[in-house]
Amino acid sequence: MFSEKFLESLKAEYGRWEQSTLKKILDKYGMTSDSIPRQTYTPLDIETTDFSNCVGFPGEFPFTRGIYPTMIVGTGIGGRAYSGFGNPEDTRDRLRFLLSQGQFGFSLAFDLPTQIGLDSDHPLATGEVGRVGVALSSLQDMETILSAFDGGAPLDRIRSSFTTNAQAVVVLSMYIAMAEKLGIPLNQLTGTIQNDILKEYIARGTYIFPPTPSMRLTGDIFEFCSRNMPRFNMISICGYHIREAGATASQELAFMLCNAIAYSEVALKRGLGPDDFLPRFSFLFSSHSNFFEEVAKFRAARRMWAKIARDRLGAKKTDSMRFRVASGYAGSTFTAQKPLNNIARGTLECFASIIGGNMGSASAPYDEALGLPTEEATIVALDTPRIIHFEARGADVIDPLGGSYYVEHLTDALEARATDLINKVDALGGAVAAIEKGFIQAEVESSSYKMQKEIEEGMRRIVGVNEFVGETPPLHPMELASDIEDRRIRALRQLRAERNNAAVEKCLNRVRVAAEGTENLIPSVMDAVKAMATNGEICGVLREVFGEAQPFTSY
Amino acid sequence: MPEKKIRVLVAKPGLDGHDRGAKVIARALRDAGMEVIYTGLRQTPEQIVSAALQEDVDVIGLSVLSGAHMGLTQKIIARLKEQNAGDKMVLVGGTILAKDIPKLKDMGVAEVFPTGSRLEEPIKFIKERLGN
Repeated sequence: MFSEKFLESLKAEYGRWEQSTLKKILDKYGMTSDSIPRQTYTPLDIETTDFSNCVGFPGEFPFTRGIYPTMIVGTGIGGRAYSGFGNPEDTRDRLRFLLSQGQFGFSLAFDLPTQIGLDSDHPLATGEVGRVGVALSSLQDMETILSAFDGGAPLDRIRSSFTTNAQAVVVLSMYIAMAEKLGIPLNQLTGTIQNDILKEYIARGTYIFPPTPSMRLTGDIFEFCSRNMPRFNMISICGYHIREAGATASQELAFMLCNAIAYSEVALKRGLGPDDFLPRFSFLFSSHSNFFEEVAKFRAARRMWAKIARDRLGAKKTDSMRFRVASGYAGSTFTAQKPLNNIARGTLECFASIIGGNMGSASAPYDEALGLPTEEATIVALDTPRIIHFEARGADVIDPLGGSYYVEHLTDALEARATDLINKVDALGGAVAAIEKGFIQAEVESSSYKMQKEIEEGMRRIVGVNEFVGETPPLHPMELASDIEDRRIRALRQLRAERNNAAVEKCLNRVRVAAEGTENLIPSVMDAVKAMATNGEICGVLREVFGEAQPFTSY
Repeated sequence: MPEKKIRVLVAKPGLDGHDRGAKVIARALRDAGMEVIYTGLRQTPEQIVSAALQEDVDVIGLSVLSGAHMGLTQKIIARLKEQNAGDKMVLVGGTILAKDIPKLKDMGVAEVFPTGSRLEEPIKFIKERLGN
């Protein structure tokens, strides 16, 4: 971006500044330039950053500045509260409340038994029912939740999101069955299904089957959605949970993209063209506490993904190169100590996400570190991006930090570090092999241990945790009703008594046959769901055919 | 003769998949000179107790972030007593509300280290109680 002559003279100028102006003040306080962070950045730090190839214009390759030419297109300000707890009835009521607060669409959280394919009456579900999300077993449950929308859920107009991975095929089938009942054509359905099993093995832990059959399920969803649901995001590839498990920004970036490459290979093997499936890939990123590093991470991710899509995967269409991402906070940065401070953290994280060019930026409730969020904390989280948009005018200009010597330098540095890691994973045979060998987990574990040590040793300072510790009146997160499990078990018993069990058996057999062969599982799972077969029953059949994953740990 | 090392089982009971804390604490205890066995995810109370007996540990550290800690801890302690192993020290860490701490201690939990605890706290606690 700069002439050689200019850079040459700048080098001399920079040396002069360091030796005079900076040194004077450091000497005064007995410091040296090695004992403090680098204080300023200049064109010298972005010598090789070429404007057209590295920065460019928003909405054009390499999309560093943004995937669209402006921040104001899209379906609405702010995100949706990730919510769900208790019974489908409890979640329906919370959703009704969120809709009354101006939320557009919904993002459903499921409880742990549901996510690992167990019904609420399974012995292992005891104590876990409805805790971290809603218990969902049957199509009836899905109907109950979505009855929060008066007059039928407008599934063709709202943004829906389902955090389901190992048993995504069941939830997707229920959603499709729901749409059919409402008379909404599949090709009009919008929304996102997480369907990212690889990060479950790395970080989040709700896997059921071993990687190979899991990736087959992923492929079945890709194939079905590419053919029938062109407006639906068939995967949301998550850096978020990898970061939450303790990864650094460059590790989060690298491993997320490695997983995305692995998923692309699944789709290519199914005979889908890059321009068939890439426009329906979406991503989920954390927005962590180091403000400028996060802004740079979002910029680097857009640029790296565009290059991977075009040069490695062979995409031709612009839409296939767009890094569509949701982000806006990092739950693990929220502290249990002085929890109201989490409002400040949430605001900064969401601000980084918005000025980092992410259209889908949301915040999280300040009491999340303590338990289920209260309605009050949820409203603050919903309003945070609105305040950033409307009052701080954070989205008036796209990528306002583009061109900053510091942020451009950080963007390049993150890209370089993440590229190195991607090369390492490639050398191990790609993401699946690297997970099976424990490489990715070991990388993340080392970073997380290092970070914890830095906190304990005071090198990383966290307000209220290792510095400025003080008392705050305790918050009272929401408590679950004590009879949730009993009510769930009764509801399941009733469902099993009232449905046609011979038809259910027949459908489950069809699922088994499909699982044992190679045909796409979605049609048979959809029939089973319509016959009111439960999540636990369908996953039970798949468990018998596929087996269960053993934990991959570097321990 | 070198002193016998304190043996610790770090366990993840229930269905919770968040094991960042469990892995960090396992490593910290190991760095502090203890023998540490980590169970991996999704262990039933029966599996945890049988691992504790098999490995002959002095301490069982449970990590739960899903909110299911009360029932799981109760089952593990009851099972330990059934197996005449009620003397093993049980510690609990994770997302534990302040109001649950006295209840866990009533059950027989030696100490609770909720989210935000420092690594040195359980290390110090174990060493003080078990010598070494």
